[in-house]
Amino acid sequence: MDLVIARPEGLYCPPGDFYIDPWRPVERSVITHAHSDHARRGNQHYLAAAPSAGILRARLGQDINLQTLRYGEQLLHHGVTLSFHPAGHVLGSAQVRLEYGGEVWVASGDYKTEADGTCAPFEPVRCHTFITESTFGLPIYRWQPQTQVFAEINQWWRANADAEKTSVLFCYSFGKAQRILHGIDASLGPILAHGAVEPINRIYRESGIYLPPTVYAGEVKKHDPMMRKALVLAPPSAGASPWVRRFGDYSDGFASGWMRLRGTRRRRGVDRGFVLSDHADWPGLLWAIEQTGAERVIVTHGSIGVLVRHLREQGLDAMGFSTEYGDDEDTTVLEPESAEVLA
Amino acid sequence: MKAFADLYAELDATTSSNAKLTAMQNYFAQAAPEDAAWAVYFLSGGRPRQLVPVRMLREMATAFSGLSPWLFEESYQAVGDLAETISLVLPETQHTSTDGLAVWIEDKLLPLRNAPPLTLAECLPALWAQLDRQSLMLCIKLITGSFRVGVSKLLVTRALAAMAGLDSKRVAQRLVGYTDLSNRPSAASYLKLIAPESPNEHAQRGGQPYPFFLAHALSHPVEQFEALLGPASQWQVEWKWDGIRAQVVKRDGRLWIWSRGEELVTERFPELESLVHGLPDGTVIDGEIVAWKAAPPGTVDAFDTQSPSSPSVQPFALLQQRIGRKMLSKKILDEVPVVIQAYDLLEWQGEDWRNQTQATRRTQLEQLIKTCANPVLLSSPVLTGEDWFDLARQREASRKLGVEGMMLKAREALYGVGRTKDMGVWWKWKVDPFSVDAVLIYAQQGHGRRASLYTDYTFAVWDGPPSARERTLVPFAKAYSGLTDDEMRQVDSIVRKTTVEKFGPVSSVKPTLVFELGFEGIALSKRHKSGIAVRFPRMLRWRQDKSVEDADSLATLQDLLA
Repeated sequence: MDLVIARPEGLYCPPGDFYIDPWRPVERSVITHAHSDHARRGNQHYLAAAPSAGILRARLGQDINLQTLRYGEQLLHHGVTLSFHPAGHVLGSAQVRLEYGGEVWVASGDYKTEADGTCAPFEPVRCHTFITESTFGLPIYRWQPQTQVFAEINQWWRANADAEKTSVLFCYSFGKAQRILHGIDASLGPILAHGAVEPINRIYRESGIYLPPTVYAGEVKKHDPMMRKALVLAPPSAGASPWVRRFGDYSDGFASGWMRLRGTRRRRGVDRGFVLSDHADWPGLLWAIEQTGAERVIVTHGSIGVLVRHLREQGLDAMGFSTEYGDDEDTTVLEPESAEVLA
Repeated sequence: MKAFADLYAELDATTSSNAKLTAMQNYFAQAAPEDAAWAVYFLSGGRPRQLVPVRMLREMATAFSGLSPWLFEESYQAVGDLAETISLVLPETQHTSTDGLAVWIEDKLLPLRNAPPLTLAECLPALWAQLDRQSLMLCIKLITGSFRVGVSKLLVTRALAAMAGLDSKRVAQRLVGYTDLSNRPSAASYLKLIAPESPNEHAQRGGQPYPFFLAHALSHPVEQFEALLGPASQWQVEWKWDGIRAQVVKRDGRLWIWSRGEELVTERFPELESLVHGLPDGTVIDGEIVAWKAAPPGTVDAFDTQSPSSPSVQPFALLQQRIGRKMLSKKILDEVPVVIQAYDLLEWQGEDWRNQTQATRRTQLEQLIKTCANPVLLSSPVLTGEDWFDLARQREASRKLGVEGMMLKAREALYGVGRTKDMGVWWKWKVDPFSVDAVLIYAQQGHGRRASLYTDYTFAVWDGPPSARERTLVPFAKAYSGLTDDEMRQVDSIVRKTTVEKFGPVSSVKPTLVFELGFEGIALSKRHKSGIAVRFPRMLRWRQDKSVEDADSLATLQDLLA
């Protein structure tokens, strides 16, 4: 029996009568992670992994009806045994394991296979059917080790600081920003954070994740000479706003897996593109799928057609689900409008 | 190779001219002359003929990457650039080659031309394995002849001039013809580019032309001309021909014809070779090569209504038929004869005349043409009018005459280098383009900056009036320019949502989008389904106010033909 099917409201578990990351309001929702295209408002009941509670409440409201489980902790609901397992994507991100009548299904949400120190690293879970994302599901997407990317960012920041230029690095405010903070060499200069980034930093720190000290950019006076040496982390949407003008003659960069391509790099129109993604690359996707031992794979958001065809060529039973999950690496519209309010 | 790849990456990453200038200066200051020679060649637009057929390159890269052909193809569709795709899917390696650009080009890449597939299959992977990703992409671009980077020739000239302490006009002069296939870059030719000024500079020229002086577009309303340009009497006004801009160089008893792309095209125009006898040594003429013949009987010759059979300019489409051909048959020479409409004199009696005024050059040119008395050398007529309004009225005849509008040249202007204004100015005062409202029916993903975005479109018009009971959309033009980045993104997302079917990289879409298309010329064509070919089609406006039913029909296009 199928433990997960696609319904207009979202991915649905018939025996358990609940939805995973529904895109329309439902009664019972199981949330893989707190990015706004996976965790939406309006559900009667939320179930999520414990480390994601802080951000979920900050984004969806302190008063949501939220129940949490530790990674690995099991919950029996209508005969379905449910547990969360680390997905390595952002703080609190989880794969959902469902077991019913001897069948095991795992829904990955979004995941990344390289451990980054800001969240529990991805753990493969053995299952019969694996539901995987495919954001970067093409062989052209292969990531460098992150230490190499951080070295590039450090080098760019240092060169700018030497030339008395602010370094403005655009990145997704939840997950990517904190990963960068954790990875860079904080001794190079002061670090400023945009209003969409700073409140999330606070939640990471409260969860015991080490992030170097940051200053809320709104508190820095215009023409403060300190800014010339600073690294500024801001969401991509800030790049098109008057906000960024306060940094005068700055150098800008963009951190995303899409920066792997020259065309997207040039379209972005920034001085530097850094290839850093919170999603699995092509080898990562294939490795994760193999590790699950699943014979059946269902592919969601990204390059569904490509990955399905490739997996079939490898002898797996593969199909696609169409979902309404977005692309948190690129689209600025996914930035929560309420981010500034959190500050 | 690595140094040039780094330069490419630096140039590619910035939009600032100053940053590009600095990057090039740094490169030239360190590069060995033989490497710099090739760098100048590629940066200023030189392209050797393709070394390995693209299909073969693609097959080898696919095999070497271990991917299924369809997966390689999907990757290519997403990247939109073959060289980049290959560099992204091949195994990542350490950069081990220490050879410079010249060694790579001359010893490793040029010998690949015409090599049998087996040799290629052996050589290419071995070459590729020596390069890091950035150098690999560059190497493949050099192999396919698709190297392009955002620097103008002017900028290359400035970088060389600054480094060598020369006037950039001098460097521009020496650089003319550098990228022609007949010239093979070498340390010696590079050192000549940056050598100190010498007294016999003049004697070293051979068949070298001068850098072309280019016009700026003038799009102000005629009411503002007086304030903007002064009285019409201070301007030399000519028709703007729709042909091939060219310089005719006669020196040392020989004749050279150069196109605006600085290609030597002498052999393409055998009928002009007779000028070798009529022009004195030390003469350089600037003008436009146009297809020129008598209109078919029964039609009225627009230039001279007195004698309907006298020859006149023919559409560019006709000239195009003979441009690409290696062999010119007698038939095509008969069908598409050419003349040169001369309008400037750059060298006279061995002297550089570019610092003479336009008026002086013109007087001498007319005298020369009269003495020469060769029917292939015509004097592009100077138009006169009482004032700008009078000229604007005359300009209305442009389409009928087969010209693109008028050229305005300051009578006092000197002949400048490239698109500059410091020596005086040339304006092109073109007539408004033709325009029709057309429907987007196919879309394809773009290349380079537009990779992974549907930006290349095919447009159609109706084959009947709105009253027709059954009518269909007939494709007639492809266009990919004219939209802002923002509009492009919007259209891309609509294309994705309305795709009906995919044929390889092309998506057919449900017709919902109407655009105003502009184009310069229109001609009958047997090669197109619609029976019509248009020149330089581009999107002028997204007609969000119009529905698909409101789009124009074939009849509108046919009216434009008349």
